[in-house]
Amino acid sequence: MEVLIYLVPLALGLGLLGLGAFLWTLKSGQYDDLDGAAWRAIMDEGEPQEVEDRG
Amino acid sequence: MLDTRDLSHFVRPIDGGAARIDLAVDGITCAGCMAAIERGIAALPQVTRARVNLTNRRLAVEWNGSLDPARIIERLSDLGYRAYPFETSRAEDQERREAQFLLRCLAVAAFATMNIMLLSVSVWSGNISDITVEQRDFFHWLSALIALPAAAYAGQPFFRSAVRALLARNLNMDVPITLGVVLALGMSVVETLDHATHAYFDSAMMLLTFLLVGRWLDQNLRRRTRAVAGNLAALKAETAAKLNCCGEISEVPVASLRPGDLMLVRPGERVAVDGVVTEGRSEIDQSLVTGETMHVPAGTGTKLYAGTLNGYGTLRVEVGAANGTLLDEVMRLLDRAVEARSRYVRLADRAARLYAPVVHVTALATLLGWVLIGASWHDALVTAIAVLIITCPCALGLAIPAVQVVASGALFRSGVLLNAGDAIERLAQVDTVLFDKTGTLTLPDPEVVNAGDVPAQRMELAGRLALASSHPLAAAVARAAKAKTPLARCTEFPGQGVIGEIDGVELKLGSPAFCSAEREAQVLAAADPEASVIAFAYGSERHVFAVRQKLRADAAAVVAGLRRRGIAIEVLSGDRAPAVEHVARQLGVTAWRADLKPAEKIARIAALKAQGRNVLMVGDGLNDAPALAAADVSMSPVSATHLSQATADAVFLGEKLSPVAEALAIARRARRVMRQNLLLAAIYNAIAVPIAIAGLATPLIAAIAMSGSSMLVTANALRAKPRESARWKF
Repeated sequence: MEVLIYLVPLALGLGLLGLGAFLWTLKSGQYDDLDGAAWRAIMDEGEPQEVEDRG
Repeated sequence: MLDTRDLSHFVRPIDGGAARIDLAVDGITCAGCMAAIERGIAALPQVTRARVNLTNRRLAVEWNGSLDPARIIERLSDLGYRAYPFETSRAEDQERREAQFLLRCLAVAAFATMNIMLLSVSVWSGNISDITVEQRDFFHWLSALIALPAAAYAGQPFFRSAVRALLARNLNMDVPITLGVVLALGMSVVETLDHATHAYFDSAMMLLTFLLVGRWLDQNLRRRTRAVAGNLAALKAETAAKLNCCGEISEVPVASLRPGDLMLVRPGERVAVDGVVTEGRSEIDQSLVTGETMHVPAGTGTKLYAGTLNGYGTLRVEVGAANGTLLDEVMRLLDRAVEARSRYVRLADRAARLYAPVVHVTALATLLGWVLIGASWHDALVTAIAVLIITCPCALGLAIPAVQVVASGALFRSGVLLNAGDAIERLAQVDTVLFDKTGTLTLPDPEVVNAGDVPAQRMELAGRLALASSHPLAAAVARAAKAKTPLARCTEFPGQGVIGEIDGVELKLGSPAFCSAEREAQVLAAADPEASVIAFAYGSERHVFAVRQKLRADAAAVVAGLRRRGIAIEVLSGDRAPAVEHVARQLGVTAWRADLKPAEKIARIAALKAQGRNVLMVGDGLNDAPALAAADVSMSPVSATHLSQATADAVFLGEKLSPVAEALAIARRARRVMRQNLLLAAIYNAIAVPIAIAGLATPLIAAIAMSGSSMLVTANALRAKPRESARWKF
C-alpha cells in the first residue's frame, strides 16, 4: 500500500491540473461564443486576417 | 448639405490608446456571415481586431488611431449587414459576471466530486473486502480535505440565497439544500473522527454539482434572453438628423438628443423622438402609435410621437416638448398596470414552498421516532441526516431548468424570443388571445392590394418611377413592382408626386389630382373606402393603386387553428369601427371592439381576468403597452414600438402570425413535461425516503439514487422539444 504515497498526490495533482485548465479557459473567454466556436473550427483558409488577442 | 454621423457616444477607450466599439449586427445567420464580416472589417486600415460573436450576434471592433467608427458601419452595409452601435446594459454585465461565477463554482464542485468518488469507490469496495481501519480513515480524511474547501466555495450561491430567504422570514429551495449539505459534511467529519464505515462527503459534493448544473442552465437562459432584448433595443435605436446652431446636419444617436434640440425629419422617415413641429407641412402616419390607419395632417405646432412615420414633407421638430396627452396617459396607465400585475408564482417556487417544510418535518420525525424505539441519539441523528441528504431536491433542481432550456430553443427556432424567464409557464395557461389590429394582425408596412389589375409592364415602370420618391405610398408601389433600377431624370414635387420620362412618354406618379385620375380614384375609393389611393399616368393612360395594410398572410389560418383548440379570440383596436370590422370579418372573428383608448383595452382585459380567464395580449402600438402589461402574458411583433417591446414577455419575428400559435403549443408541451418531471422527482422521493428512514441509505445508495433521478428528469426534459407530427400546422 506504500504506492499510495505516490498515487494519491498524483491523482489529486492531475485533477487540480484539469480544474486549473478549465478555469483558465473560462477566464480567457472561450465560452463566450459557443455557437461561433463550433464553426470556427471548420472554417476554410485558417483564421480571418485579424490580430487575435484575448479572445 | 453636410451629413456626418457622430458615434463618439459609443466608442470606449481601451489600453494602449486604442479604441473599441460594440455593434449589434442584423442579418448574421451562419458561419459564412461571421467569416465575411471579420475579413471585411479587418481589411480596414488601423483595425487591429474584429470578432463576431455568433451566439449573441454582435461584433467587437478595436482599432488604433483616428478611424471614424461610422466607416465600420458603412463597410458593414457594403457587405450587406445593418449594424447599430451597442451599449452593454449594466444588468447584462452583471449577469455575465454571475454566469462566470456559477461556472467556476460548477467546475470546483465537479472536480471535488470526481476526486472524492475515486476515494469513495475504493472505500465501498474495501468495506466488503479487506480495507483496514487506518486506510479507510486516511481516505475519509483526504475526502474531507477536498470536500470542505470545495463546498465552502461552490456552495456560495445556495448559502447566500438561503440566508437571504431566512432573513426575510421565508423558505425557499435553498434552505433545505444548505441544511442538507452542511449537516452531511459536519456529520461526516464526526463519523470520520469515530472511525466509522460511512461518510457522506461524496453525496454532499454530488448534490452541489447537479444543483449547480440546473442553476447554470437557468441563468444561461435568462442571460440569452437578455442579450436578445439588448440587441433588439440597439437595432431599433435609430439615429436622428440633428440641426446644430449653424444649420448643419449631423446624424446622432437618439440617446444623445436633449430637449430643445432641433431635428430634421425627412419625407418617409420615422420620427425618432417625441417633439413639436416648428416648421414645415406634411402628413403623419400614426398607425404604429395609435392603431389609427388614416393619416393626420401636420404643421407648425403639431405634436409628434416617436415611432410615427412622416409623409411627403420635410419637418423641423423641436425635441422633447411633446408632453402630449397620449404619451402621458400611456405612461400613467403603464405604471399602474405594472404595479397591479399579479406576481405569477413559478412552478418551481410553488414546489419549494410545499417541499421544504415536508422534508424538515420528515427528518425531525425520523430522529424522534428512532429515539423513541430505543436507538441511540447518535444513530438516530445519523439516520435523520441521511433522510435530509436523500431528499435534497437534486432532481427537483434540474426538473424545470432543463425543460426551459429545451423549450426556449424550440421557441427560438419558431421565431419567438423570450423577454421574461417565466413566460413559458404563463403562456401554457392561456385560454383567451386578444389581438391588436394595426401592425399585429396586419403587416406594419402598407401594400398595394390591386397590383394584379395593372399590366405588368406599366407596373414595372410605376415601380421604377416610385424609387425616385420618398413618400410611403410610393415606397409601397416600388415594393409591389419589385423595382430595383430607378429611372433617370425624375423630378419630385413634394406633396404631389414625381414626374419622369421614358422613350419620349411622360410618366407621373402621385396623388389622383396630380395625375388627373380623379374619376378612376373615385371608383376605387367607393369599392374600398379604407385604402389610400395613388395614381400613375403613362402618357394619357391612367392607373390607380389601392394601398392599405394587408393582413398577415397566415392570420386567418392561425386564428382558426387557435379556435379549434378552444382558445377564445378577440380583436381590440384603436382604429375606427369600419376598418376593424373589415378585418374581423375576414378572420371570422365576431368579438371585436373598435375606437378603444388604452384605458378601455385594460378594462376589457380586467373584465376577462375577473371571469377567471388567462389572457394573452398580442400588440405592437404605443397605445397597447399598458394592455400588454396588464394581461397575464403578452407578445409583440418585432416591428413594435420600443415601449411595447420592452413591456411584452416575448417578441416574435417575421411576417407571419404563426409564431404566436406555435409559442402556445410549445409552452403547453413544456409545462406538461415540467409537471411530469416534478412527478418523477416525487416518485423518486417516495421510494428513497422510506429506505432512508429505515436507516438503510448508505452513501452508495444515495449516490445511485441522486445521479439516477437527475439523469431521468434531464432525459425526460428532452421530450419538451416538439415532434414534427405534433406541431400545430398552419
